[in-house]
Amino acid sequence: MPMPATIFTLWRTGVFAAALLPLVWWGWQVANNMAGPEPGRYLLLNIGLGALWLLLCTLSLTPLTKLTRWKGFNLIRRQLGLWTLAYAVLHLICYVLFILGLDWARLGSEIVNRPYIIVGMLALLGLTILGVTSNRWAMRKLGKRWKTLHKASYLILALVLLHFLWVVRADMQEWFVYALTGTLLLCLRIPPVSRTLPKLRQRLKQSV
Amino acid sequence: MLINIAKPSDTHESEVTPETVYLSRRRFMGGLASLGAGLAFAGSLKASEQHPDYGDVPPGDAPEWFKAKRDAAEWQAVMPSDPTKDKTAPYADASSYNNFFEFGTGKSDPARKAGSLVTEPWSVVIDGEVNNAGRFALEDIAAPSRFEERIYRLRCVEAWSMVIPWLGISLADVIERAEPTSKAKYVRFETLVDPEQMPGQRSSFALIDWPYVEGLRLDEAMHPLSFLALGMYGRELPNQNGAPLRLVVPWKYGFKSIKSIVRISLVEEQPLNSWQRIAADEYGFYANVNPEVDHPRWSQATERRLPNSLFNTNIIDTRMFNGYADEVASLYSGMDLRVNY
Repeated sequence: MPMPATIFTLWRTGVFAAALLPLVWWGWQVANNMAGPEPGRYLLLNIGLGALWLLLCTLSLTPLTKLTRWKGFNLIRRQLGLWTLAYAVLHLICYVLFILGLDWARLGSEIVNRPYIIVGMLALLGLTILGVTSNRWAMRKLGKRWKTLHKASYLILALVLLHFLWVVRADMQEWFVYALTGTLLLCLRIPPVSRTLPKLRQRLKQSV
Repeated sequence: MLINIAKPSDTHESEVTPETVYLSRRRFMGGLASLGAGLAFAGSLKASEQHPDYGDVPPGDAPEWFKAKRDAAEWQAVMPSDPTKDKTAPYADASSYNNFFEFGTGKSDPARKAGSLVTEPWSVVIDGEVNNAGRFALEDIAAPSRFEERIYRLRCVEAWSMVIPWLGISLADVIERAEPTSKAKYVRFETLVDPEQMPGQRSSFALIDWPYVEGLRLDEAMHPLSFLALGMYGRELPNQNGAPLRLVVPWKYGFKSIKSIVRISLVEEQPLNSWQRIAADEYGFYANVNPEVDHPRWSQATERRLPNSLFNTNIIDTRMFNGYADEVASLYSGMDLRVNY
């Protein structure tokens, strides 16, 4: 049996590969003309949705740890957070390159005039601040305030869902599923609810 | 790999008719045919008499009456004034990337899910302020008109566009035959409602209040450019593009061009179209293509002409009335198009 350290290395590498894989897949589709007549928009939408998935995955790590006590979830927290930031940055790059056609003047006017762009940019700004302060040096420097600061991820999730809601045109179903998942993950952080998670673990253990 | 389809213009460059004389030319041709002078062309077919080569467009499964009308069609009756700039989109793109919310919200949903739509037989109710009201088989609605091919720019409100060769009949012909009364001021169109065939209508989160409704002012509907398409790319409409009968109003945003029409009503009051009902601040009744009036959520000054690629986004300036201003601007003289968006 491999040493625990090896297992965790494998686990972290596996998560890294899983987060990278969609980008490779979409890139391959575009290169092979399988992304439709507007490949830039295809990338834009998929990467944006990918960022939301990653954010939801990151926010599920704390409840999962409480439920299972497995150390592995804590080990990928920073990685998934940084992946979320990377996807969000790529999403913005796609927008500037493929929707605005590198028209910087229009980027300026869009940021000022379009509420959903403003909200998206605020979410990206938040992710950037969290990304920059995700290293050990910043953690030491910020001390207790680090945790408070990184609770901003809840607010970022709300901004991302609002950004998504304002692009919905004809049917709310997809948005509703994401909003429900996000709400559930946030509810699991309310103290009376979060206290029940370890108890739930005990009960599951006994029933096995 | 891009599918390279020969453009109709490739073979008959010298035969292209100047934009200003399309309609008069069409009447001229029709007149000649009715005089029995068609024989004069037997030896030297004009561009408009020849079936354009649409390469590997799938042949479809059209009913016999459709094939007969297609074979007698007038090809390239209306063409873009500059076919090298307004290149016809490949069939594969035009038939796989569009909005048809009855089949889902994704751009590829219609192509994947519209197979369940039964389009034959099909009938349309024509009613309201007309003398000849009733339910008519599609075949009978089309019968008196000769099929024409019209290559139009289609500008979506979402700021993308394609050039598409439609096959069909003039809307004015159909309305004239219904004999509108003096009370008729608007034309109201309705799409089929059938959740069994249209999965998008089964969603309980849909914002559209089915049926999808669109409308035109009577003079807009009677304009020679207003068109009822039954086919595209020399074949019948694929289901996802609004088979078997759809509207095409080239100077308005694409959502005005209602699909799979089951009802055409001549009415006295301005109809409330579906998108106006959902978000009146974003979508008006007129919905004329206008680069100066932005959608609240994005600019309408430019458009992405599709297909594009990562290295060539093909962003071009949007033209007033989608480039059909010479023909239609007079319909709106004296109107404030910022208010009547």
